[in-house]
Amino acid sequence: MKKDLKPKPIKDLGLMRALIAKHKRFDSLFAILGIFVLASLTITLLILFLDLVIDGYPRLNLDFFSNFPSRRAARAGILSAWVGSSLVLIVTFLSAVPLGIAAGVYLEEYAKKNWLSDLIEINVSNLAGVPSIIYGLLALGLFVYQFGLGQTILTAGLTLALLMLPIVIVSTREAIRAIPVHIREAAYAVGATKWQVCLQHVIPYSYGGILTGVIIGMARAIGETAPVITIGALTFIAFLPPSPVGIEPPFINFDWLNAGFTVLPIQMFNWISRPQLAFHINAAATGAVIIMLTLLMNGAAIKIRYNIRKKIKW
Amino acid sequence: MNSTKNLTISPRLAKNFRRNFIERLIELGLLFSGIIAVFITIAILYVLISEAIPFFQHVSIYEFLTDTVWTPNFSIKHYGILPLVSGTLTTTGIALIVAVPLGTITAIYLSEFATHKVRETIKPILELLVGVPTVVFGYFALMIVTPFLQKIYPDLSTFNMLGPGIVMGIMIVPYIASLAEDAMRAVPMAMREGAYAMGATRYQTAVRVITPAAISGIIAAYILAISRAVGETMIVAIAAGQQANFTFNPVESAATITAYIVSVALGDLEHDGIGYQSIFAAGLTLLIMTLFLNILGHIARKKFAERY
Repeated sequence: MKKDLKPKPIKDLGLMRALIAKHKRFDSLFAILGIFVLASLTITLLILFLDLVIDGYPRLNLDFFSNFPSRRAARAGILSAWVGSSLVLIVTFLSAVPLGIAAGVYLEEYAKKNWLSDLIEINVSNLAGVPSIIYGLLALGLFVYQFGLGQTILTAGLTLALLMLPIVIVSTREAIRAIPVHIREAAYAVGATKWQVCLQHVIPYSYGGILTGVIIGMARAIGETAPVITIGALTFIAFLPPSPVGIEPPFINFDWLNAGFTVLPIQMFNWISRPQLAFHINAAATGAVIIMLTLLMNGAAIKIRYNIRKKIKW
Repeated sequence: MNSTKNLTISPRLAKNFRRNFIERLIELGLLFSGIIAVFITIAILYVLISEAIPFFQHVSIYEFLTDTVWTPNFSIKHYGILPLVSGTLTTTGIALIVAVPLGTITAIYLSEFATHKVRETIKPILELLVGVPTVVFGYFALMIVTPFLQKIYPDLSTFNMLGPGIVMGIMIVPYIASLAEDAMRAVPMAMREGAYAMGATRYQTAVRVITPAAISGIIAAYILAISRAVGETMIVAIAAGQQANFTFNPVESAATITAYIVSVALGDLEHDGIGYQSIFAAGLTLLIMTLFLNILGHIARKKFAERY
């Protein structure tokens, strides 16, 4: 019986060598295929990006950043768009980051394994998979009409915060999970309460991971177009919202929250939709600005994460 | 004696009580932040359904699902979702034809063939590409890819589904590659070592051992990519046209569900009009499609996680 299981040895050495060589050829063929696919992808994307930058290059000067959109393509700029984007991002940051970190801390440190924490967890992972335009519809129905916030910076900021929230929660949880238990035990041993452990140890030590998630979320919020269009952002804005910081007391005002606005990707979309070629150059220039911003932010996030992985040894 | 003892203990007790009270308060606050995720889901369902109900009072669900014409802006109004679904499925299909082979090959190469150094360089680049805004990809589809395709196939209209489909495919390659690679890396090293010990080459190990072992994880990657493509908005809104067209022919122009929502939102929204309600009905259809895909992907991933 046992003899039958033994593989028959190939007597002919030449045949065996041919077989091995055949399989080895397959091996290197696939390696070449892999490199080819990666290279062609990279080259395609490089060509696309370079084309964008070259198309937009004639307009990429200081005037472009300090001019309002205009009917004359050559005089149009992205002043209102980048100011709008920045103000919207402030709202997004202030609402999504505290909530996201708090939810992440709750799920990792406080939540007992019960139906409630399961429900929250399922919802968080589900929200990450909902198409962004659905958030736009939610904001249109809820923020714009039910709450009566209108088509303002506040509405847009909150909408993008909904999109960013799952990203912050997930990255907070991952960062917290990497902290070993003995750090917490040491803090408890000297009499710290749970919240003190979280505030003074868990959150500071997971700072880098949280920051990575926040930056990636913000980069996504900058480029997100569909939900902001859906809530009805204007595409032609030739004024700036009231300044959030004033020279007279009380120095800070909140009128800007209720102002109409436009953001960079919508400005770009608007210029793409026009038939005139001159506006397409503007669109390319705006696209180059958006790509630079998002690539820089994502690059920074990846670098931070890489540094943390390298540095921290518990 | 007793009274002094009481005096020394009670402030401590009071402090303890205060401390516990604050702790409970903070826990409640954190719980509330967590529950917001549940609120958002409920709010999405509530808004979509409550705005779609008046629409379905006007248009029967049967008509919505079977009519092959979608002309809410014409004088003779038809509300059949099928043309929008066909546009969505066609662009998604083209994207998958591009992304599945490229993404899978990239994943197998990175996981089984590439050296540690190559992998550590390529993976961050893939992550960078995931962050590129879709409006920029839309520009590529309309301004670069479609004119290029028109040189090969001159009959192609300016707005078509082929160009945006291909660009969308390129966009989701990093998703598939990254998720599938994670699944393959999660296959225990012992299985690789076993295969190598039997004299298998790297190609044989990758294709006959690792890929079958990671198959549910890889399928989860595909499903999540489909869900991504179905919900993708800006590429198709810019480059595939905004006129609903019941066709699966990729060289024609056709609106997707998402493109329709954008085109309505760009116009003047008449609150409580049927046009306004129709975008919520379309959104509900989209949500159901992606929800179904996400649940499927979740099941596949869970199955994979259970095996190892």
